[in-house]
Amino acid sequence: MAANAELTGAEIVLQALTDLGVEVVFGYPGGAVLPIYDALHQQSRIRHILVRHEQAAVHAAEGYARSTGKVGVVLVTSGPGATNAVTGITDAMMDSVPLVVITGQVPTHLIGTDAFQECDTVGITRHCSKHNYLVKETARLGDVLHEAFYIARSGRPGPVVIDIPKDVQILRARYTRPVTTGHKTYKPQIKGDLASIEAAIEMLAAAERPILYTGGGIINSGPVASQLLRDLARLTGAPVTSTLMGLGTMPHDHPQFLGMLGMHGSYEANMAMNRCDLMVCLGARFDDRVTGRLDAFSPNSKKIHVDIDRSSVNKTVRVDLAIIGDVGGVLEDMIKLWRARNHKPADLEQWWSDIAGWRARNSFGYEQQGKELLPQHAIRRLFEMTRAKKPIISTEVGQHQMWAAQQFGFDAPNKWLTSGGLGTMGYGLPAAIGAQVANPGALCIDIAGEASIQMNIQELGTATQYRLPVKIFIINNEYMGMVRQWQELNHGSRYSESYSDSLPDFVKLAEAYGWKGVLIENADGLDAGIEAMLAHDGPVMVDCRVAKLANCFPMIMSGAAHTDMILHEGDTQGERDEDAKALV
Amino acid sequence: MKHLPPERHTLSILVDNEAGVLARIVGLFSARGYNIDSLTVADVSGDHAVSRITVVTNGPPPVIEQIIAQLDRLVPVHRVLDLTALGPHVEREMALVKVAGAGEKRVEALRLADIFRARPVDTTTGSFVFEVSGSTEKVDQFIALMREVGLVEVARTGVVAIARGSEAV
Repeated sequence: MAANAELTGAEIVLQALTDLGVEVVFGYPGGAVLPIYDALHQQSRIRHILVRHEQAAVHAAEGYARSTGKVGVVLVTSGPGATNAVTGITDAMMDSVPLVVITGQVPTHLIGTDAFQECDTVGITRHCSKHNYLVKETARLGDVLHEAFYIARSGRPGPVVIDIPKDVQILRARYTRPVTTGHKTYKPQIKGDLASIEAAIEMLAAAERPILYTGGGIINSGPVASQLLRDLARLTGAPVTSTLMGLGTMPHDHPQFLGMLGMHGSYEANMAMNRCDLMVCLGARFDDRVTGRLDAFSPNSKKIHVDIDRSSVNKTVRVDLAIIGDVGGVLEDMIKLWRARNHKPADLEQWWSDIAGWRARNSFGYEQQGKELLPQHAIRRLFEMTRAKKPIISTEVGQHQMWAAQQFGFDAPNKWLTSGGLGTMGYGLPAAIGAQVANPGALCIDIAGEASIQMNIQELGTATQYRLPVKIFIINNEYMGMVRQWQELNHGSRYSESYSDSLPDFVKLAEAYGWKGVLIENADGLDAGIEAMLAHDGPVMVDCRVAKLANCFPMIMSGAAHTDMILHEGDTQGERDEDAKALV
Repeated sequence: MKHLPPERHTLSILVDNEAGVLARIVGLFSARGYNIDSLTVADVSGDHAVSRITVVTNGPPPVIEQIIAQLDRLVPVHRVLDLTALGPHVEREMALVKVAGAGEKRVEALRLADIFRARPVDTTTGSFVFEVSGSTEKVDQFIALMREVGLVEVARTGVVAIARGSEAV
């Protein structure tokens, strides 16, 4: 290409994406993006993965992003293309996943006329994206794309939408690669305040019952942050718990790791959060699934909150010390200061003895007996039989997701892809596809439920088309299990519309799409079924039939305190009062 | 902590003067359940690059803190200033007040307007439009008095505010 030659808007999009190092775009064509698809066709550097539904394009880009740390890229058309993408964009917003979503738009002269496949994409996505643009001039396209990538990945990451009218894609302008990337005013604070970090270290050194409460921010900060967390844990001797989004930052079997906390977290994690005298929150956000009843949340502790997003601080829980900055950098400074001041781990013997007592309750334990297969056991065996391959696990949303969080052990970040904030059923299969595209040699498994999997089941075709050896492991209990569980606990076991009627024959369905189908009928067939799944080098869907009425415990009911944990089936059932029923 | 008594705060928000930025601010307030008592917006820069939005809001102190943090993380927001917390500042608003009537009421309207330094900017034989400016309380008072002498309608700008002293914010 001659220097300073004018390019079409579509060519500028492709050139800018190439300059930004983009290798893969997930998308679906349509009228208002045809010029970009034409430009895509005439180049070979960027690979396009054709999904079967735009929502899946966004989830696939999320899976790509969360398994690599790179920005995921989506390309969809106007109108329904954009509205179908909204669930995925909102999901990425809630879980802080860096995405750039390019949407086609009707030509500028038709905007506002209710043209065919027109919708107000920037209006619709304004509050579910980190930022968005409607680009009305071709000459602005290059700069907007570079700026969008900067915004998507800096500070607290999130999705950025770029809406491009069709005429803007066709008109010509000069494109020059910007010398610097950034935004004239958006400059998030990355470096934590040293005086505050010093104060944090002194509090940590003096604490008798400290706990590190870690979250997805550590994963977003990059793999080094997970290593730094392990170093800090070792230096301080403090126990570590993790949110759903942070699993993998600590090795699951590390002696200082208490497992996941929160609504379906471990007894020891929640009790330690309740009884600690110092809580250090690292890249987590005191979500309602974590805190339970706010006025009973960790009542006697000092709290330190490290977060890159100032608005996460003091949002629901008041903290004593806030450090705004990238958690990786803050961890590094904490470790340096701890060493420089020659601090030694405090005497935590009594604290660890308390924790050992809680651990002894074995709150994630279960007893597999007889032929009826417990879902926990199915996931546990899946973990044990695949752990050597260091798999990447995605999930849908529901009981299976929580059992996976409890029973599947993670040793590294970027291996666990789940929809935490928005709780999007249908996330897991496209996310696994995105992760498999990014990690061709990896074992990518979507742990699913028989209801969730049907929300984006059409993506079986995507995996077939690109020969992606994705595995789906369906925990099939013939119920929307978490809905049924809440109906049991809150609504007198009236199972309103939560039975999965008219299920397909998943094995035949798999075969219809060119997948291998495996049926696990009961506990006797479990290991053989998993082996058959692993032995096949293409995509496999496993229909694993489990106990139909198993519930997910331990559980802190919405609005209950950490100390009011239901550990076992039968501890509570029936009706709750109206205030409790109103909670989500 | 949301049960603390609400406080009235006046915020100045400097934003990129670009399409959709006002919708972004207003949408944030509605989406998160914050209150807007008044809102004004205008371009304040020589090159039309920056707009200044003045929002009067109310809420308990932790909610005010959240509002500021939430506004501050929006990409096109340059700065958010809590003028109420920063100290002495001047707040003014302007209203156009239409009053119709005859005889003694008409005379009284004119007399009251004089006391409030409200200026008639339109007159017919049966009506006035007064321009009144000042603090919100003063404008409120003037409008309340006009109700008794034939108030027809009111248009008001909402609060604009600026910190006292020689420094720019």
